Amino acid sequence: MTTLIMTSGFDWWPYILVVILFLISLGVAAYATYAERKVAAFLQDRLGPNRAGPFGILQPIADGVKMFMKEEIIPNVSNKTLFILGPAIAMLTALLTGAVIPWGPDVVVDGKVYRLQVTDVNIGVLYLLGVVSIGVYGIMIGGWASNNKYALLGALRASSQMISYEVAMGVSIVTLIMFTGTLSTAEIAQQQHGFWADGYFTWNFFKNPLVFLIFFICALAETNRTPFDLPECETELVGGYHTEYSSMKLGFYLFAEYVNMFISSAVISLFFFGGYNFPFMDQIDNQLLVSLIGVGVMFAKTVFFIFVFMWIRWTIPRFRYDQLMNLGWKVLIPLSLVNLAITGLVMYFTGNLE
Amino acid sequence: MMQSLTNRSKQVSKKEMTFMEKLYLPAILGGMRITLSHLFKKKVTVSYPEQKRPISEVYRGQHVLKRDENGAERCTACGLCAVACPAEAITMTAAERKKGEEGLYREEKYAAVYEINMLRCIFCGLCEEACPKEAIFLTDRIVPTEFERGDFVYGKDKLVEPMDKNLRVDVTKRQTQSVLEFKQHPQYAHNKLWDPNKAIKSKKSAH
Repeated sequence: MTTLIMTSGFDWWPYILVVILFLISLGVAAYATYAERKVAAFLQDRLGPNRAGPFGILQPIADGVKMFMKEEIIPNVSNKTLFILGPAIAMLTALLTGAVIPWGPDVVVDGKVYRLQVTDVNIGVLYLLGVVSIGVYGIMIGGWASNNKYALLGALRASSQMISYEVAMGVSIVTLIMFTGTLSTAEIAQQQHGFWADGYFTWNFFKNPLVFLIFFICALAETNRTPFDLPECETELVGGYHTEYSSMKLGFYLFAEYVNMFISSAVISLFFFGGYNFPFMDQIDNQLLVSLIGVGVMFAKTVFFIFVFMWIRWTIPRFRYDQLMNLGWKVLIPLSLVNLAITGLVMYFTGNLE
Repeated sequence: MMQSLTNRSKQVSKKEMTFMEKLYLPAILGGMRITLSHLFKKKVTVSYPEQKRPISEVYRGQHVLKRDENGAERCTACGLCAVACPAEAITMTAAERKKGEEGLYREEKYAAVYEINMLRCIFCGLCEEACPKEAIFLTDRIVPTEFERGDFVYGKDKLVEPMDKNLRVDVTKRQTQSVLEFKQHPQYAHNKLWDPNKAIKSKKSAH
């Protein structure tokens, strides 16, 4: 089989990587639900699920089976096409963003280079922003198609929240790009090679922590995580935009949220914390080992940020809608613009601006 | 300004937030540190059924209809427990003891059908207090779950304790010291083991 692949001349590798990435995203999202319950429990002085399998690790499988076996209800008064389209778009955009993230350094086997990135679009960052914007459609369509006042209100709140925080996210990404000089995600990862070079840290977090802060807050708002989870909290709007959904479509919405969380954490660790780079990586001779450790480091950073997302969820109470909008428009956007101006000035005077 | 009527009114602070408070971030980080410390604290979950919560000695659980030392049922279907029950959970049907059943029942009247509806029962113990024959007690067994409502009506098969001496339910802890002394009163002598010689003797002494 491998000789067939190798000699056919057709580059199978990106397709295999797509399938692997798809499976890993779903697996990580499933176990993120388990981790959410366990982390929530441990932060609240209790044990989480520990009955389904040792330490409860088969819990996501039990939840998945439950989701499959529930009855699929499509309300008569809903718009059937859009009803099914909503979760589909949410899941699609959640999974699409994983295509441009470099998961590790290139693996060189027998002289053939395997890139651990599905595509290396040279406008990778713009692609990410674009796909995240389309993700808003999933929620809006879901709320509208339900033909339910509360779902519509939830969808309105969710979409307005997401588009307001996208502006701040966009401006902070522009700031980031100003000092990376490139939109390509692979190059951003390569620029953060190692940990220490030329007398300073290479990771972008140390070059401009404020951008990290703004981007992190916007990522929290984009994935509808507490404290920005007004659209989906049960006390506010019954179920928000997923009130009318059941079984697999609801499963898609919930899963898409966790996949989004996984990808956002991966993006944050890529942009600001060096992605697959780790200290002393130049001192290891075996390139394959460097690649393997790099993949492990990337996942470790992503998992850490998923933990931070959950940690914040169980610490802070939810924002009220007007407080949320206030924060997005009146605090984050001016802050990011000021940051952009200051970064520009600093770069000009240190001679880095071309 | 109104005079405060109690000393418990709290002064509300209407001060403007300091700059550090307005940032929210120091407060959030402080909160996150507290939450993280909970990660390392002891968990308060009781992993039932491996661990159980401690219960008192007089815990009121499932009922038991006791037998005496000879194995005869103590219950005489007098109905005082049914009258005492605030939830009207007990029902019974009396029957007359036939020849040859003297070993099974203490007196001529016994309960042919005795049912307690566990869904109505509030486990107050008033039936136990009302019984003049020391027949019904509440034990520390917990009533298990069922799928149908009808399965919660417990009949004599579930309530009367087994004949086998090793399987009898121990209710000595149900009675405090003062209750035990009270029951030594000659008025309750009929609840003890029925010895015909002693009954004749006590009748003679009562005259």
